[in-house]
Amino acid sequence: MEGVGILTILGIIVTASIRSATPLIFAALGGNFSERSGVFNIGLEGIMTVGAFSAVFFSYKTGSPWTGLLGAMVVGGLFGLLLAFMSIYFKANQVIVGTAINILAASLTTFLLVEIWGRPGQTDNVEYFKAVGPFNLFTYLAFALVIVSYYVMYKTPFGLRVRAVGEHPRAADTLGVNVYVIRYICVIISGVLAGIGGASLSIGSMSLFKEGMIAGKGFIALAALIFGKWNPIGAALACLFFGFAVALETVATNLPVPREFLYALPYIMTMFAVSGFVGRSVGPAAGGIPYEKGEK
Amino acid sequence: MPAVIEMKGISKSFPGIRANDNINLKIEQGEIHVLLGENGAGKSTLMNILYGLYQPDEGQIFIKGKPVAIINPNVAISHGIGMVHQHFMLVQPFTVTENIILGKEPRKGTTLDLDKAIKDVEEISMKYELKVDPRAVVQDISVGMQQRVEILKTLYRGAEILILDEPTAVLTPQEIEELCVILRSLVDQGKSIILITHKLKEVMSMSDKVTIIRRGKVIDTLNTKDTNIDELAEKMVGRKVSLTVEKKEAEVSAPILEIKGLRVLDNRKLEAVKGIDLQVHGGEILGIAGVDGNGQSELVQAITGLSKAEAGEILLNGKEITNLTPKEVIASGVGHIPEDRHKRGLVLGYSLSENSILGSHYLNQFRQGLGLNYHKIREYCRRLIKEYDIRTPNERVLAKSLSGGNQQKLIVAREIDRDPSLCIASQPTRGLDVGAIEFVHKKLIELRDEGKAVLLVSLELDEIMDLSDRIAVMYDGRIVGILDAKDANEKKLGIMMAGGSAQDAV
Amino acid sequence: MESGMNEFKEGLLNTLKEIAYPLVAIFISVIAGGILVYSFGNNPIIAYTAMIKGSLGDWNKFGETMVTVTPLILTGLSITFAFKCNLFNIGVEGQFIIGAIAAVWAGTAFTGLPAILHLTLTLLAGTAAGGLWASVIGWLKAKVGSHEVINGIMMNYIAMYTSNFLVRTALNIPGKAYSVEIADTAKLWRFSQGFEQFKHSRMHIGIFLALIAALAAYYILNKTVRGYEIRAVGLNPHAAEYGGISVRKNIILSMIVSGLFAGLAGAIMTTGVQYRVNNLFGFTGYGLDGIAVALVGNNHPIGVILSAFLFGVMQKGGPLMQIQGIPKEVVGIIQGIIILFVAANFVKVVMENIKLNRDLKRAAVQEEVE
Repeated sequence: MEGVGILTILGIIVTASIRSATPLIFAALGGNFSERSGVFNIGLEGIMTVGAFSAVFFSYKTGSPWTGLLGAMVVGGLFGLLLAFMSIYFKANQVIVGTAINILAASLTTFLLVEIWGRPGQTDNVEYFKAVGPFNLFTYLAFALVIVSYYVMYKTPFGLRVRAVGEHPRAADTLGVNVYVIRYICVIISGVLAGIGGASLSIGSMSLFKEGMIAGKGFIALAALIFGKWNPIGAALACLFFGFAVALETVATNLPVPREFLYALPYIMTMFAVSGFVGRSVGPAAGGIPYEKGEK
Repeated sequence: MPAVIEMKGISKSFPGIRANDNINLKIEQGEIHVLLGENGAGKSTLMNILYGLYQPDEGQIFIKGKPVAIINPNVAISHGIGMVHQHFMLVQPFTVTENIILGKEPRKGTTLDLDKAIKDVEEISMKYELKVDPRAVVQDISVGMQQRVEILKTLYRGAEILILDEPTAVLTPQEIEELCVILRSLVDQGKSIILITHKLKEVMSMSDKVTIIRRGKVIDTLNTKDTNIDELAEKMVGRKVSLTVEKKEAEVSAPILEIKGLRVLDNRKLEAVKGIDLQVHGGEILGIAGVDGNGQSELVQAITGLSKAEAGEILLNGKEITNLTPKEVIASGVGHIPEDRHKRGLVLGYSLSENSILGSHYLNQFRQGLGLNYHKIREYCRRLIKEYDIRTPNERVLAKSLSGGNQQKLIVAREIDRDPSLCIASQPTRGLDVGAIEFVHKKLIELRDEGKAVLLVSLELDEIMDLSDRIAVMYDGRIVGILDAKDANEKKLGIMMAGGSAQDAV
Repeated sequence: MESGMNEFKEGLLNTLKEIAYPLVAIFISVIAGGILVYSFGNNPIIAYTAMIKGSLGDWNKFGETMVTVTPLILTGLSITFAFKCNLFNIGVEGQFIIGAIAAVWAGTAFTGLPAILHLTLTLLAGTAAGGLWASVIGWLKAKVGSHEVINGIMMNYIAMYTSNFLVRTALNIPGKAYSVEIADTAKLWRFSQGFEQFKHSRMHIGIFLALIAALAAYYILNKTVRGYEIRAVGLNPHAAEYGGISVRKNIILSMIVSGLFAGLAGAIMTTGVQYRVNNLFGFTGYGLDGIAVALVGNNHPIGVILSAFLFGVMQKGGPLMQIQGIPKEVVGIIQGIIILFVAANFVKVVMENIKLNRDLKRAAVQEEVE
């Protein structure tokens, strides 16, 4: 009798962890492409926000969650393009640009929320993706993308060039690899993936957009990426770990700790992960540094 | 037959400077052609244009008589031009093979065909007799092998014309001879080679033709066998140059710096300094010769407190300074002209005055009440500018707007004006023009004549031999020998720099 | 001979130069915002007039605007101070929250003291709490190189939950979703207590504290040895280390001071405006706004004052714009655009390209003359 109880609880925790990890995985994979090519994408949070909103908006307009997903990808890609343009062409400080995008995303979505639904807070319910088996489409997609990302990054010429551009852009440049194009592509990909991540939150498990619903997941994804040593599979495992922390909230109301501690737990764990208490990790050497052609 | 490369009327400007001014250059098939010039003369710029990294403002390039527009390295590569840069362009965490094939990867469908890549690398490695390990990670291989990888990169892409930018900067004299052999062998196989250098000796030993460039203009093109070092030096600089430094006999006193059994780790936690004993006396210049990467940098960092000494002692005027903080070391009387003036020596975003007090900024002489007395600081800087002839409109400009030579003068001024007992000069004339080099040398000799101790660390053997009273050679983290300057010659030092002992060279 | 007057003039000129770029960026953004408003079918002139009237129309409105400007100056200073050491203190929001709740604790725990003492103690408690909260981020960065942005954001969330926990337990009013109120002796003097014109505003003397803080920040950064060291570390940590400066100590110090400003902002919010802390469902926004303020103020303490004023006007003018039929969220978007323009150094890049072309031409001419 006892054994069955524990197994079901374990089962609940595992599935809850995987569900919570899903949006993180998309964002982390996106962050991986961007950072591997040498561009910090701190704007993942903002792109997830606009992705979540766009998914709801397009689903609302067309009645189909599929267009919602497509919309999220396109809008995410556009914001990725904005970040890329600012970081690569204007050589702006990538952390500031990312933050600016986060601020802009918050303002823009609030504004449009009020314009379209007439009230702040949250949207109406829309068509969303219902679960197939224990999970919805997004979870399966996430795991598929982990494998695709690994293949692209380590087994294709494109992946080799991306990694070269992130480590030693000048070396790649002297061999005729177009550093700028590769960085643009990678940052746009990160925008698209973050957009899907946002959509997975708004039309994946729920059916609406709520202000503040991303709640720092874009940053937790970055932490997972560092924790997973900039490797798609490592990052996915790290996301599962954080998903576990989030899942604990739902199951552990019986635990003798104040509930605020549980809410704070994923964030505390992130800090530990990022601070190397669980192993040091070194990022791409040229990360965060704008590339200048013709520098001595 | 038309020249394999002809550059006609090439001009290129950067803000405030005309790097190339109407340059004409002809490279014939099968020759080793040297571009000779001081630092900043414009040779690298010209070759970067040939390789497509820059676009010329004016002029045209002809390859085998046909005009071409080399808008990026891919175009240059497709025309058979390959370039080995002064600072290696190698992705450290990648393998030798991955570095060589980057940008021209063999594929199997969408996948990278690494097996074929390794085979291809082994093939050309054997063909040109350039020994490399295809599976080794670049981070772990020797400098010599890294250079061979760089050359293979160009040959993998079918280079017929190879440009090598300051290839001997990181090599021992013996390795330079080996490079010479490799280049001759490549020429025998039909390649043409352009060498960029400022080293007169290598021009004489390695080339067929030499073109001298000064201040962006071509001064002359000569056949190497028809000229000599003095003539080249004069053309390079524009006036008669005394190639030796004038100094009187050393008047040596008690040791100011004493090092015993020093061990230091590098930033990969491997031992870089493996037990060194050394003394520098007042009134002498001790030069440390050696190929880059044999522990010299770590030695200097340990003395100045920037790196931890794992074992051993460092004494200054009898007082122990081992593992003191940099602040305490400076206060004990150590001046340091760092090997990387942009990284260590200056805060480029600060004005000259703020840079002039770096290291002394907390002293009472610059204070006023709770804060800094910028009036006094500016006065101090103005004095340094005058005494050390630093070319600048005023003391308020940012350090980044000064030329390399004047930046170095400021650093030298700052370190020497503090009246240190020991002055460490690390690559003090790197990247400087002849005028600035002469100035720095003069100041170091002045210091030594005042009875101070000078520790000179340099990769330029000529500089070591000209300035030092005694020469210590470092190899693999140890001192393999110390010679009196008068007993030292390039052959002996070269053998020691490669790990041999002084006795090996007779 | 340098006279003090020359130095002052020079300082003024430099300050003006620094502020010039953001001013142009603001001008462009205002135009962009006007176009946005127009595209939604509204009149930009009416919009902007409403915004200014709504924030500065009379003494009461001015007072309310100052209430908003005060924390913005302080959070802007917080970000600026950290930036000078090349640190992005995005954790300013969490430090603000901690400062606010610490002030509630001190404001209720130390009753029976004369007002001056109690108030000072309360403000100090909030300030110190902010500094302490920030020191964790600084220590992690200095010791293990852990990125201050991620840690800062994490600590923002932890601060929010910590505050909520305290509101629910130690500082609780049973049955309510907010904390106890601080004692009267811990409250900042309000203008309404002395001046008729401010009767309907909450304006308090915190604004003077903020201005003093800005002057202090300017002095510390530009006139002291500490400031010299912090800025050196921010510009080139390798050279700073070489010059005997402790990179670690200055990173931690910079973060602590940055946290002090943010904590003070929170403490002033408690002692001057709210008198208590609510259960938080999200962030206050003062942190993120502080980033915008600092950027637009070009990370210069005086620029921050002006920039905070600008943002205060924009935010307080919102409701009146709303009444005129223009959604107040437009303000948020204009803010976002301003930030993007400033972040891109748009103006600077354009000006530098112009200068570049001019220098190239000059160099070519020079060679001909020689």
